[in-house]
Amino acid sequence: MQRSRLGLLALLAVLLVVPLALDRYLLSVMILILYFAFVGQAWNVMMGFAGQLSLGHALYVGLGAYTSAALFQHFGVNPWLGMVAAVAICVAMASVIGWLAFRFGIGGTYFALLTIAFAEFTRIGFDHFGWVGASGGFFLKVVQQDRVDLLHLRGHPLMFYYLALALAVLGFLASAWLLRGRLGFYFRAIRDNEEAARAAGVDVFRYKIYAVQISAGMTALAGVFFAFYYNNLFPEQIFHISRSIEIILAPIIGGVGTLFGPILGAAVLTTLSEGINALLTMSGYEIPGAKQIFYGVALGLAIMFMPNGIWPAIANRLGFRRQDGDDDDDG
Amino acid sequence: MPLDAIANIVLSGLLTGLIYGLMALGLSVIYGVVRIVNFAHGELMAVAMYATVFAFAFTGIDPLWMLLPMALAFFGIGYLLQRGIVNPFIDRPEHSQFILLLAVALVLVNLLLVAFGPDARSVQVDYALDSYEIGPLLVDKVRVICAAIALVACALLFAIFRYTSFGKAIRACADNLLGAQVVGLNVRHLYALTFGLGTACVGIAGTLLSMLVDVTPGLGPAYTLLAFVIVIIGGLGSMVGALAGGVLIGVSESVAGLLITPSAKSMLSFALLILVLAFRPQGLFKGK
Repeated sequence: MQRSRLGLLALLAVLLVVPLALDRYLLSVMILILYFAFVGQAWNVMMGFAGQLSLGHALYVGLGAYTSAALFQHFGVNPWLGMVAAVAICVAMASVIGWLAFRFGIGGTYFALLTIAFAEFTRIGFDHFGWVGASGGFFLKVVQQDRVDLLHLRGHPLMFYYLALALAVLGFLASAWLLRGRLGFYFRAIRDNEEAARAAGVDVFRYKIYAVQISAGMTALAGVFFAFYYNNLFPEQIFHISRSIEIILAPIIGGVGTLFGPILGAAVLTTLSEGINALLTMSGYEIPGAKQIFYGVALGLAIMFMPNGIWPAIANRLGFRRQDGDDDDDG
Repeated sequence: MPLDAIANIVLSGLLTGLIYGLMALGLSVIYGVVRIVNFAHGELMAVAMYATVFAFAFTGIDPLWMLLPMALAFFGIGYLLQRGIVNPFIDRPEHSQFILLLAVALVLVNLLLVAFGPDARSVQVDYALDSYEIGPLLVDKVRVICAAIALVACALLFAIFRYTSFGKAIRACADNLLGAQVVGLNVRHLYALTFGLGTACVGIAGTLLSMLVDVTPGLGPAYTLLAFVIVIIGGLGSMVGALAGGVLIGVSESVAGLLITPSAKSMLSFALLILVLAFRPQGLFKGK
């Protein structure tokens, strides 16, 4: 068995056992890490694999969350069914955005701005959308937490931990499968040289749309998780551009386009930012904005000095290169 | 709704739009020459607004007297920003540049938040409530003065680009980088000067706008997005487009505030952006 695979299985085993020994706070931190690992993986499909920069991924988290939560609260629709609806809506939205943009070959900065525009437009729209509480927020009924009800996604944080873990594993497997398959090769061909890919016969328009759809569908799952884990949704928070930025931090710092980068990035960033929070709380200075300054500095340093992220460097050191089923040049 | 009320709203939106135009012009100039999208544009603007608010609070000097020092200071900030941080990224992929400036923006806006808190602050000059009456129209004195200054600043910038040898050199860099290097232009220096000019626009626009709106750190990201909306609607890199786009957005914001609700006004701007990107990505005021 390959070393990288053994390493992953060992990591998974640890992640399966470790929450049993954690207190509530550490458990919530672990859930956060897994959550950011998963949305990072979802974003990575679009940017890391296919080279399309989205700065509006909060749109899909928000739409997914609101769709499943509203169906559950208003019509009593089971969250697992709501999840299907959430994915469908996000994929449809992604198709519209992708179609509008790629039809005229809008890429790079313009495309990133288009994604921001859609996210902001939707945020302000939900601020005035009375059916889901508008700017006052939308709340799910919280029931007693000791009974685990997987069918309705109600229960103890431990259940959410395993759900988040399942999402992260799913994200990893989906990414690995994508990279190895035909789709992954098309994506990377488009990322590396769109004209050359087109000349080689890749239907660029279609595969870019696929990348956006897959990424949006995955992010929708994260949104459903978010809704049922936190039980309250505010447009100002969930759709905000700072959320979109939070989503892209982990994969950028971990390593854009790599399989393990988003996971590593999420672990490093969340641990650091929670550490800073804890330090600030202990010292008695709870300063709003301090965490974001840290994010900004981390992002700036990462892009200046490690434009490929942390993971490629580490993977190289450990001799994992070429074994991840990944590209030669991006670990 | 009475007609003169609408006319008043449109006029006030038009005047504010001229200041927006100056802000967007800064972004457009930087993009047009340096080919870098300054994602920290609005955050720099927020810094200028806070500087004005505090200078006014401590000295009581009319912000209009601060315009020149602010423009110079922000010219310096822009020059250093380009030389120190942005320049190594000139040849990097677009998304790297984007993320670098995003990081600068994130740090700037949150430094403001940490330093001054989330509360709104404002500048109240003693003629803040004066207004001019032109027939049925009633316009704020401050707004008229600010718009006039913004227009003058834009005209100055046009003149610099059009008639000075420095402007000619910058245009040469924008037109043909290799050619500019061949004839011995110091491209790095010119890029930094251009970045400085673009940032000076923000210094002036920020000083002016702080007299018209309440200042909060949250304005930073909001103005960055607004500046983007304006330059894309006008045509990225087009100077006239930026000004015209600013006026268009200024008017559409105030009309949306009147007809829908004030909190939904930027929704219309984003809708306009989506429409322009979808159907005329080169912008409304720019030929193909």
